[in-house]
Amino acid sequence: MNLHEYQAKLRFGEFGIPVPKGKVATTPEEAFDIAREMGKPVVIKAQVLTGGRGKAGGVKVAKTPDEARDKASQILNMDIKGHIVYKVLVDPAVDIKSEIYLSITNDRAAKRPLLMASSAGGMEIEQVAHEMPEKLIREYIDPSLGLRDFQVRNVAAEIGLPRAHWKQFGEIASALYRCYIDSDATLVEINPLAIVGTGDSEQIMALDGKFSVDDNALFRHADLAEKRDLQEEPPEETRARAAGISYVKLDGNIGCMVNGAGLAMTTMDLTKYFADELGATNVGPANFLDIGGGAKADRVAAALRIILADPKVKVVLFNIFGGITRGDEVARGILQALEEVKTPIPMVIRLAGTNSEEGLKLINEAHLPNLVGASSLADAARKAVQIAQGA
Amino acid sequence: MSILVDKNTRLIVNGITGREGSFHTQQMIAYGTNVVGGVTPGKGGEKFEGKTPIFDTVREAKEATNANCAIIYVPPRFAPDSIYECIDAEIQLIVCITEGIPIQDMIRVRSVLDRSKSRLIGANCPGLLTPGQAKVGIMPGYIATPGNVGVVSKSGTLTYEVVNALTQRGMGQTTCVGIGGDPVNGTSFIDVLQMFQDDPETEKIVLIGEIGGTDEQKAAEFIATKMTKPVVSFIAGRTAPPGRTMGHAGAMVEGGVGSAEEKIEKLRAAGVKVAMHPEQIPDLL
Repeated sequence: MNLHEYQAKLRFGEFGIPVPKGKVATTPEEAFDIAREMGKPVVIKAQVLTGGRGKAGGVKVAKTPDEARDKASQILNMDIKGHIVYKVLVDPAVDIKSEIYLSITNDRAAKRPLLMASSAGGMEIEQVAHEMPEKLIREYIDPSLGLRDFQVRNVAAEIGLPRAHWKQFGEIASALYRCYIDSDATLVEINPLAIVGTGDSEQIMALDGKFSVDDNALFRHADLAEKRDLQEEPPEETRARAAGISYVKLDGNIGCMVNGAGLAMTTMDLTKYFADELGATNVGPANFLDIGGGAKADRVAAALRIILADPKVKVVLFNIFGGITRGDEVARGILQALEEVKTPIPMVIRLAGTNSEEGLKLINEAHLPNLVGASSLADAARKAVQIAQGA
Repeated sequence: MSILVDKNTRLIVNGITGREGSFHTQQMIAYGTNVVGGVTPGKGGEKFEGKTPIFDTVREAKEATNANCAIIYVPPRFAPDSIYECIDAEIQLIVCITEGIPIQDMIRVRSVLDRSKSRLIGANCPGLLTPGQAKVGIMPGYIATPGNVGVVSKSGTLTYEVVNALTQRGMGQTTCVGIGGDPVNGTSFIDVLQMFQDDPETEKIVLIGEIGGTDEQKAAEFIATKMTKPVVSFIAGRTAPPGRTMGHAGAMVEGGVGSAEEKIEKLRAAGVKVAMHPEQIPDLL
């Protein structure tokens, strides 16, 4: 789960990291009021869960409250890579002297937390890694020790941070690590972490933030779970989560209902594979969906409703490997679900594993005109592609 | 021969009285697995199905039964403690079925595990199956048959699909190992490939991977430099969009790393035959 910039910075602030005292506006008038209250130039920033906001025109400086109103009205309702802007963050503008990159993430390969820093702040980190890898400093963190002071000094030295700022940089890095641990984050990123102000008031401040939380850890972070922005995801995904079904919306036309994540991905891949083979350029998977073990009637019905809510879906492909669940039970579940969710959409049903023949017999005996049985995974995918192609 | 589990496996079940644990314990016993005990805190002294002794702690269970393997069917919030408990009791092989353990917990588990005498398979995995000898996990036993193909996979039902296809074509298996779909786990593809390479009965290997991370890419390098036995592979997720988690917590292409194309390319460069759909695997073998 990803947090918006304003949510990330609020959270950073709670852990003692200096952040601009910005406010969120949902209308141009609110942006005007916030800018007037601040009494100085502001930055208006689109709050959407995607990168490249600056390039898309989603970040603008406003010198006066009137300008803030105008700029906010330009940014609000903008479409940035398919994300509609419903909120803007109004931050007081600051004088930036230099910019640093700082993040902590879970490194899968090393199996430990990884702190990364760079003097090339403001740039996307992938770009730094690609174009000037020598500027990307990595410190792996022993999870039983946590981030040690010497590691922070290593980083400060290697990115060439002026010594006057080492103490504050150390406090910020430690706070960021605490925030990462206490939030079960998978990524906390400050980019830029900027040196702002002049003379004695010069200090380091987090001007932008990215924050991803481990979905599997939300059970112990009710406060973070409620920060999820439901406007940012397709309604089908919200409903699937509530039903405990793992679902990702894609843009094809074959609805996929599968048990098991690996098999669900494979089923998607096969629809594309056979679409290519059959020259069906406009055919592909409409979704990823893992129904989990059992395939009981109520879950199948819930999943079917979610799949059919997508108007692009021309056919639904069931691929259930019975395993320990018996195929006849699965077939009964599917038939019962189809009684609840009446639909003329064609369904290709492939059952494998224990009692799959009995299961297919039940499906055939139901004499539902829109049900098509399939004998193998390839057969099922091919049939679904042919139906979608002809529809 | 086989790897990791066989007739000499002495298994204890953590969470033996839970819904999943009790169901799968029945299945494992029915398959012929030597289940020597179970652990459920607060139920020590009772017996599972009137026969298998239940203990309050793993330490007690190990002392009483001399178990060398433990399986964990415990909900995600309690599973890390259960893994630590097994490590502390010096259980050789720990298999964790639980899906949904937070990644930071697994990072801490892994750090303790690396300094211990135990091996962990999983979490978020279907376990292991040595056909005709032992089933430690949730794989349906009847789909497998003894033979000379070693199977290692990140997935559950996709593995069943492949094992089923192998069995139907008369290609039996030495051992089927599910290493799980989490981003940080206990045993990698390379660990299992090394065991198959060393196992005299395993002649061919099937590796079933998926998008996310670099485990398959490292396996490709290992196969090219360290293995003499032929490997056939399938990688799931060619149509998965980047930046999205596809069911398994670890199945995500992040920052351009971990795509199916990248993995397939590396495996092919290492001389591995990569199937475009699971039903092609027996042909490629």
